[in-house]
Amino acid sequence: MLEVINFYLIPGLVLGSIYALAAAGLSLAYGVLRFANFAHGELMTFGAYAALVAVGLLGISPWAAVPFAIAATIPVILLADRAFFAPLRRAQPAVLLISSFGVALMIRAVVYFVWGPTPQGYARGFTPPLLWEGLRIQPRHLYILAGALAAAFLVHLLLSRSRAGRAMRAMADDPDLARITGVPVDGVIRLTWAVSAALAAVAGVFLAIDTELSPMLGFNVVLAAFAAAILGGIGRPWGAALGGLLLGVAEELSTYPWIGEGPLLEPAYKTGVAFAVLVLVLIFRPQGLFRGMN
Amino acid sequence: MTLLAARGLVAGYGEADILHGVDLSVAAGQVVVVIGPNGAGKSTALKAVAGLVRPRQGSVRYDGQEIAGQPAESMVLRGLAYVPQERNVFPSLGVEENLLMGAFARPGAAREGLARAYALFPDLADKRRDAAGSLSGGQRQMLAVARALMLTPRLLMLDEPTAGLSPRFCTLIFAKVREIAASGIAVLMVEQNARPALAIADRGVVLAMGRNRAEDAGPALLANPEIGRLFLGGAAAAEGEG
Repeated sequence: MLEVINFYLIPGLVLGSIYALAAAGLSLAYGVLRFANFAHGELMTFGAYAALVAVGLLGISPWAAVPFAIAATIPVILLADRAFFAPLRRAQPAVLLISSFGVALMIRAVVYFVWGPTPQGYARGFTPPLLWEGLRIQPRHLYILAGALAAAFLVHLLLSRSRAGRAMRAMADDPDLARITGVPVDGVIRLTWAVSAALAAVAGVFLAIDTELSPMLGFNVVLAAFAAAILGGIGRPWGAALGGLLLGVAEELSTYPWIGEGPLLEPAYKTGVAFAVLVLVLIFRPQGLFRGMN
Repeated sequence: MTLLAARGLVAGYGEADILHGVDLSVAAGQVVVVIGPNGAGKSTALKAVAGLVRPRQGSVRYDGQEIAGQPAESMVLRGLAYVPQERNVFPSLGVEENLLMGAFARPGAAREGLARAYALFPDLADKRRDAAGSLSGGQRQMLAVARALMLTPRLLMLDEPTAGLSPRFCTLIFAKVREIAASGIAVLMVEQNARPALAIADRGVVLAMGRNRAEDAGPALLANPEIGRLFLGGAAAAEGEG
């Protein structure tokens, strides 16, 4: 039992909370802007590399570099919105989706150009795991869980308690009615991008801390994040976060030797679990798992 | 004194014009009801004034200023409030949150606005935490009107506020409209429910095929046999003459 918790459940929750952060940002942007932003993965990557620069220049820990990553990533999406998405605001969602794919390729090209294709890491020494009553957890895993929880709490406060968050939810409900009501639509769109990019940057840095930096860092998980967002009922950040946690745990648990000696599913195939779950959800609950559970 | 005067509005969606020169005017404290068959351009006329449809020709003078073609989000601060016929509440937001959205452009006025909204529609006060999507049709209309009144507009535009409502709610809404006008607000209202609406109207405007067909005091229009025939005969009769 402890083995399941230590080596499968905890890593699953960690991966899941990274998915959750990524998916919440995606879902938020989808809710307000009505299109699936494929560049979200590259925003994660860009945030992770921005943190690498801060780590290198200032000699700080990657945790302390998170604010720098956020500050560097927000202008990227605002620029992309100004240049590519804003002129297409009234276009079909498919057009916007494709243009976001273009933005993704541009950001990825910049990352390759500046930092090269070789995987890198935030230099960090070996840290022993924390032990408690047989439970063992890496300090970085604890920080990732705590950080994801804090980010979720902040986004929740923003959406449920603040005037700006109310405007974002109103836009997600009905953009035309929001305009009539006097909501400065462009400002709300910029704010939504900023929050979405901030969540992507945090997710990117956390993922890079847990694994390593590579130009495909974000792209490798963005499809799972989409799956999580759809799982949670797209456009609902909380649902997306729960969907992310669920997928992360499902992926890790699928490699446990539940039957016989070997892992149930070879670890190399575990990313497929997210999509298997997604397909099942699309067949049986296309509205998402949590619809009607407000 | 005339608060709103629209002259010669030509507007539509895409290539097709729906309005071919419509005039509308409302004075403070007055209820003006726009009636007419389906497709007459009643809703389009309201949208053209509210900035949701850009008029191709014509002028919209509000309080002495030309506002034709100004963006819809700028109208609230000018004192024009518009309530669409459908999708006029934010369903996932609570009742009070919907009302607060009505004061978004001037948050300082929110507290006073809430007090007025709950005084005008006491039913809403009991439901302030409920999601607007869970309200009945009549309650939604009340919420939509209350939200539009949050910043005390000078002109309130209502697009078929009684569509699909029970007679009890229709009576209630029309009574509230009179109450709102009595407080000095100009009300411009499009209605399918022509008879009871004209009965409470200071003036009635009949539109057909994108043009003004008649305009008179509300009761006078009701008594007019030709108007009666147009409406008793339905849309076909009106279009046959257009």
